[in-house]
Amino acid sequence: MEQTAERKKLAHVSSSPHFRTPVTTRRLMLDVVIAMIPALLWGVYHFGFYALVVTIATVAACVISEYVYERCMKLPITIDDGSAVVTGMILALNMPPQIPLFIPVLGGVFAIIVVKQLYGGLGQNFMNPALAARCFLMISFAKPMTDFTMPGAVDAVSSATPLAVMKAGESVSLTDLFIGNISGTIGEVSALALLLGAAYLLARKVISIRIPGMYILTFVVFMLVFSGHGLDPYYLACQVCGGGLIFGAFFMATDYVTGPLTPAGQMVYGVILGVLTGIFRVFGASAEGVSYAIILSNILCPLIEKYTVPTAFGKGRYVELTKKLLVENKDTKHVAKEGR
Amino acid sequence: MKLFTFKGGAHPNEGKALSENCGIRRLELPGEYVFPVSQHIGAPAKPLVAAGDRVLAGQKLAEAGGFISADVLSSVSGTVKAVEPRMQVSGFPVMSVVVENDGLYETAPGIGEKRDWQGLTKEEIRQIVRDAGIVGLGGAGFPTAVKLMPKNDEAIDYFIANGSECEPFLTSDYRMLMEEGERIVGGLEICLSLFPNAKGIIAIEDNKPEAISRMEKLVSGKERIEVASLKTKYPEGGERQLINAVTGRYINSGMLPADAGCIVDNVATLAAIYDAVAMSTPLMEKVITITGDAVAEPANVQVRLGISYKAVLEACGGLKTEAKKLICGGPMMGQALFELACPVTKPSSALCAFAHDEVAENPTTPCIRCGRCVEACPEFLVPPMMVKAATHDDLAGFEALNGMECMECGTCAYVCPARRPLTQIFKQARKMVMADRKIKAAEKKQREEHEAAAKREAEQKLAADKAAETV
Repeated sequence: MEQTAERKKLAHVSSSPHFRTPVTTRRLMLDVVIAMIPALLWGVYHFGFYALVVTIATVAACVISEYVYERCMKLPITIDDGSAVVTGMILALNMPPQIPLFIPVLGGVFAIIVVKQLYGGLGQNFMNPALAARCFLMISFAKPMTDFTMPGAVDAVSSATPLAVMKAGESVSLTDLFIGNISGTIGEVSALALLLGAAYLLARKVISIRIPGMYILTFVVFMLVFSGHGLDPYYLACQVCGGGLIFGAFFMATDYVTGPLTPAGQMVYGVILGVLTGIFRVFGASAEGVSYAIILSNILCPLIEKYTVPTAFGKGRYVELTKKLLVENKDTKHVAKEGR
Repeated sequence: MKLFTFKGGAHPNEGKALSENCGIRRLELPGEYVFPVSQHIGAPAKPLVAAGDRVLAGQKLAEAGGFISADVLSSVSGTVKAVEPRMQVSGFPVMSVVVENDGLYETAPGIGEKRDWQGLTKEEIRQIVRDAGIVGLGGAGFPTAVKLMPKNDEAIDYFIANGSECEPFLTSDYRMLMEEGERIVGGLEICLSLFPNAKGIIAIEDNKPEAISRMEKLVSGKERIEVASLKTKYPEGGERQLINAVTGRYINSGMLPADAGCIVDNVATLAAIYDAVAMSTPLMEKVITITGDAVAEPANVQVRLGISYKAVLEACGGLKTEAKKLICGGPMMGQALFELACPVTKPSSALCAFAHDEVAENPTTPCIRCGRCVEACPEFLVPPMMVKAATHDDLAGFEALNGMECMECGTCAYVCPARRPLTQIFKQARKMVMADRKIKAAEKKQREEHEAAAKREAEQKLAADKAAETV
């Protein structure tokens, strides 16, 4: 009896550190969701209420399929970490506004079960679930997935995406493109709304500028050289604002699980993304290509990481640097003494 | 003013407001004092006394067990009760000399006499520091006399007094800077006298502006000493990071600070050096912080080494709520205690008592590869890769990822949003690598001995054969 009383008094022991940051996985996921809200709001405003229905259905499909899978497999239920919500939102914002509901729902189930859970759940998938699902839907339902007809539109021009219009040799309004007064998927149209969200993610330090910065920079350089338009600010601005590049660069390429961990690797990853997107847009049949560039780069990620492990503190080039500093120090001292 | 810093790190809740304005209180506590023979890095000291002996304060209880080792001195006068293993902060019993304090505080002869240190030779100063049992008081416990003996005195161009105190909640160094600045500067001047080319830098994080301005006042007019303000960031006070912040130089785990022309000592260590050299007082007391949200009255107290944490905490007013977690040291690198009946030793810096255990309240979830640990690692390592290697028992892979450069500072585990026990995994892997190295070294030695014996045998046989031939 006495022993148990004594035992109760013992404090917890654990290995240091004994503190944990307030930033949790759920908090990070919530931040990503918050950052996508401006784009979603614009989508709903621009395309109508049905866009919201699509989004809710996709998110619900993701969350429910995660729950059902984990329940069936007798795994701990992890829907409260918010990752399924993020997947659902990204997928939904990648949907054309008039999509029949069963398509994004099927995509959500595919994203969570095939791309994420079958590979071991959160943190184990090697492809971005939402993008893999989008590509799956593009192949399976090519027509509805590329039907960007504006709700209530009658002419053909308003149903083509601005980049498709440009590829066809016609011009678009850059202001419309920036604000989002164009056709496209629910979430990709407004560069302004997306940049607002991106600024939030950067300010909250949820993402770093490395991947999106290098991505967009490389893409611009690639287009300068290979697009045949040369240094045409209007053309370049349209290319950056259109085709979901901003959405892809800040919200999808920065997906933690499927991107490189190492800072140098993130730069390389950004360069590869920029080049691939450029190739797809200039030489490919489609005008966009962001999704394919990202999932192809996802596959390269382990290779990139392997070759971009940073030099440890005090090793390699830091040894040389220190030696140089020591020699310099000796020299300056020597000079100072002689000067006296 | 220039702000010095390093790349990486994190900024945990500082928590210093609890105790930073509590002046140092000296506590003379009765009872049992426990002096473990191993309070430092290096060989354990060898006990010189036996049960029943009467000892004086400042008397040597155990003698350094090698070059990298330190003497253990009694901090009180009294009778040796026992020389036996006693439970330590580490959770392991260590051979200790147990002295019952007689409350007289009778000191060994010569202690407390003022000494004109300027007349001493370098060798004398080093011997005094060695005899005073001084080790790094910041937490690592490296024997200070060894630090003061680099291969080449002239090659040292920076002597850094570490007053950064980057561990959250700890304020003992801050109080030392505020109240005992003269002793710190005195200690630094003594150390500088050993190194003709060295510049003294007192490095303090910029969350302690009063300490910075106070020290600046104290060193004004002293040509060889400067105060450097550091950006408040954990682990700014780590030896390698501090050297890098102040000098731009880098050292790795295989190098000594002296290899980069630097020596780093904690400010409390410098005060102890001053006491030993200028006041003939060996290391017998230490300022520790008693803090945390479960402590009734946070305080900075000067206690005699060897007293139990339990006695110190009780003398400070005890706990106001049940403490879920008791930590010896700070929350980032401190050791969690399951009970308080452990003695205050030389590297002890604080006792933190928290009503909540953040580790238990934050269950581990899957790694989402967010890379926050990579950004934060002050050693520029890639924790998720190291975890993969370590958890697959791939020790060679772990070493190839520079796992042995990890200094277990805890930054990666602190920043992890998935609450993964990264630092714990690395501690384990590092121990396994070290054990592995030991086994391999022993095997190599055995093999060499075997080969040498075989060679000798062959030679003897050859000689015998030759002798037989000549006959």
